[in-house]
Amino acid sequence: MSSISTNLGDPNDGHGHGHGGHAHSHNPFLAHHFDTPEQQFTTGKLGMWVFLGTELLMFGGLFCAYAVYRHNHPEVFMYAHTYLDKWWGAVNTVVLLVSSFTMAWGVRAAQLGQKGLLCVLLVLTLLGGAGFMVIKGIEYKAKWEHHLFPGRLNVYNKDYAGPEKPGEAHDTHGAAGVSHGAAAAQGHDHAHDTGVAGKPVVEHANLATGAEAAPRSEGAETAPQAPKPGEHAEVAAMAKPVDGPKIPVSFFDPNSLGAASDAAKIVPKSGGPAGLAASEAAHGHAAHMAYGDLPARDKVRVNTFFSIYFMMTGLHGVHVVVGMGLIAWILIKGATGIFGPSYYTPVDLVGLYWHLVDLIWIFLFPLLYLIH
Amino acid sequence: MSAITTPNQFDVPAKGNEPHGHNYLNHSKGILSWMFTLDHKRIGLMYMALVLFAFFLGGTFAMLLRTELIAEGPTLLADKTQAWNLYNHMFSLHGAVMVFLFIIPAVPAILGNFILPMQLGAKDVAFPRLNLLSLYVYAAGAAFFLYVLLSGVINAWTGYTMPGGFGLDTGWTFYTPYSSSKSMSSVIPATGGAFILGFSSILTGVNFIASIHTLRPKGMGWFDMPLFLWGLYATSIIQILATPVLAITLMLLIAERAMGIGIFDPALGGDPVLYQHFFWFYSHPAVYIMILPAMGVISEIISTFSRRHIFGYTFIAYSSIAIALLGFLVWGHHMFTSGQSALTNVAFSLITFSVAIPSAIKVFNWVTTMYKGSIRLETPMLYGIGFIWMFSIGGLTGIFLAALSVDIHMHDTYFVVAHFHYVMVGSMLFAFIGGMNYWFPKMFGKMYNERVAAFAAILLFIGFNLTFFIQFVAGSHGMPRRYANYPVQFVSHHYWSTIGAYIMGLSLVIVLFNWVAALLNGKKAPANPWGSNTLEWQSASPPPHDNFPTTPVVTDPYDLDRWRYVSDDEGWVLTDEAKAAIAAGTARTGQLH
Repeated sequence: MSSISTNLGDPNDGHGHGHGGHAHSHNPFLAHHFDTPEQQFTTGKLGMWVFLGTELLMFGGLFCAYAVYRHNHPEVFMYAHTYLDKWWGAVNTVVLLVSSFTMAWGVRAAQLGQKGLLCVLLVLTLLGGAGFMVIKGIEYKAKWEHHLFPGRLNVYNKDYAGPEKPGEAHDTHGAAGVSHGAAAAQGHDHAHDTGVAGKPVVEHANLATGAEAAPRSEGAETAPQAPKPGEHAEVAAMAKPVDGPKIPVSFFDPNSLGAASDAAKIVPKSGGPAGLAASEAAHGHAAHMAYGDLPARDKVRVNTFFSIYFMMTGLHGVHVVVGMGLIAWILIKGATGIFGPSYYTPVDLVGLYWHLVDLIWIFLFPLLYLIH
Repeated sequence: MSAITTPNQFDVPAKGNEPHGHNYLNHSKGILSWMFTLDHKRIGLMYMALVLFAFFLGGTFAMLLRTELIAEGPTLLADKTQAWNLYNHMFSLHGAVMVFLFIIPAVPAILGNFILPMQLGAKDVAFPRLNLLSLYVYAAGAAFFLYVLLSGVINAWTGYTMPGGFGLDTGWTFYTPYSSSKSMSSVIPATGGAFILGFSSILTGVNFIASIHTLRPKGMGWFDMPLFLWGLYATSIIQILATPVLAITLMLLIAERAMGIGIFDPALGGDPVLYQHFFWFYSHPAVYIMILPAMGVISEIISTFSRRHIFGYTFIAYSSIAIALLGFLVWGHHMFTSGQSALTNVAFSLITFSVAIPSAIKVFNWVTTMYKGSIRLETPMLYGIGFIWMFSIGGLTGIFLAALSVDIHMHDTYFVVAHFHYVMVGSMLFAFIGGMNYWFPKMFGKMYNERVAAFAAILLFIGFNLTFFIQFVAGSHGMPRRYANYPVQFVSHHYWSTIGAYIMGLSLVIVLFNWVAALLNGKKAPANPWGSNTLEWQSASPPPHDNFPTTPVVTDPYDLDRWRYVSDDEGWVLTDEAKAAIAAGTARTGQLH
């Protein structure tokens, strides 16, 4: 306890003391099964790195699922990622990067025994984590409102039974949906480039297009669609004769599923299907496509993108929350002034964990938001 | 008592035989002193209680399903509608409980926890609190499986279905889409339990890796370690690299079942073969989580009871690492019939063949260690020799299954069942019980009845081979696995297999009762009853709370000439030359290779 009060009283004194005779005098932080503080620190750091390795492998499973589905169904990713708001994603990336910086600085402050600075930096890091989660919440809320949650809550899911039936989506969104749909179909890239404010429009437009086309996959025989105005109708007309009859089959046709048919999986990377080529010719831009442009076998897989998106960002969000808990813990410990040159292991290890959380997001952001 | 008259710092503690000496068991009293202990030895014992209970449950399921198969037609487990559902639940629970709750934690969590720090001459593992946490995480995962079991029992008796479903009828592999959308059983509680158990396994792995890296004493380089530590190190590599993939797989499966996210379910656009890839990416390396520590145990036993320095130390050490790394590249051999491309099949087949190389290196080195040794057929050695015998059979039949054309015929038959039971039970279980007998005196300071233990070992060997060798024959004749009934030509196969299972059950009961009897009435164990030179034998039996009064002097762990036999009561003590070398500071031989 004497060293604690020393550190509390005068960080510089604690510094000198730590470098001096701490290693062999009684150290309250040295566990009985270690010979030296250095051995204890090395052990803790090694253990943390090994644990971070397991974290990477855990996310690795999700990255692998992502790679498999994106490789097998590139159009799904091209189409569905337009629902994500890359501006919020970019803001979140900056927020997390800055919080990583304050965390790294905090480790330095702990090493130097600068209690006040450490606390300020940890609070800033916590705020960064909280800001990230709030922005993530805003994004999730938009997905919730547009019935894009994973599983049966996703409007593209075969078993979707939400309050807003896909058929009604058109009525609900009404004229706005149609008119924006036309605008979006003609100038997707323009709508995107207008930034955050323009984004909800695009989401509505896509939803309207998608939601109208989606029921056609199952209801084409029984409920023929009314003609749509403008570009939208053209998309519908293009989709209907080609894709309509096939889709019910593709739900149950083993040839369209999994490894049963390798040939069915192979999709040309360049040129693309007729729909994509047409839209490319019309707009000079291949990045954004309409639901109708999707190959028939991909129309049932749009929900898969959202499943992967939510599993990846959800697991990452859990890690952010855990990291915030850890940072709060070392903030409370740090406020008592126990960290200094002779003992800063917890700050260092939590810092490593926080950097990993940041690093994973740096991979998630382009993979999910910036698909071209 | 004549050998040691003046105990000093390098002697085996003379108090080792004292019944009331200060040791880790009586270091502190009360239930709380156990529940919150950070002592790796006590944590190992608590693991032992839980894991052996899981083994009892899994064994009971095995007995029930073998009883169903004793005769053709419905015997025990067919329900009123003759739907055989109970049989499906029984083999699923048998597999899941045995794999996740028994085989994977048994050697690392019980023997590893107890012995690893002692073989390092250390006072504890690197992270004692994580170690305790892993125990409680294990208990939480086990509770999920108890819930699954309870839900099945309640449903069978009352027809009431508890939240989550009843029982488990998916097999231990939880293959989609049956598990994700069709099964009525408690898939989410069971996979949730396996998910949690995975973290227990990861924490143990992190702990062991950090311990071996940083807690080795002065003078113990990597190639001065006992081979049991190499086995545990290789195991830990797999635990930390493969288990997280299982975790994410089971999480996706739970989400698939709960929400229908469409990753694995083909009806939703998912890919069921992707599930199999994910699952076996963990579960094939998991086979090596089971066998590698067992091989480490066998290396210790074979050397000690042959009174010979282990032959080919470096090869055995490296082959452990080789098996661990190759084990990551062979998962596809579980899926030869799942529609992989022919090229993938060939690649996985070839790499699978190559696993035979490090495995054979180990077997040859063990046999060479025994060659011209003065072999003592005490109980641990009986298990050790049984291990070599049955691991050879299990390994060689693995070569059959790695061959693509043969596997098409053998896939999902009793041949596969027999093959992996020879590895998991014939090898791993034998190493586990052999290791338990080997370290029992160290753990409890008591000797078990040698004749009863040897009898049980031989009976277990007979029962095991009777149960499973005939399954090779049945399988090669086309008897498929997981079936509750069978055509008449398999009647005698199944009859004798079930008789063998009963013999196994009986011998395991004898093993258990022998241990309990030893705990109650056993003779006091000497510090070193076998004359082994690894560091744990240089502490008292049972060891004191901090393992060693002073850090022991590190020597070649297989330099058995440093010890001489005194009597059954005193066991083996250091020779005068060894003591003189320690006193002169020249004890470290370091002549391993």
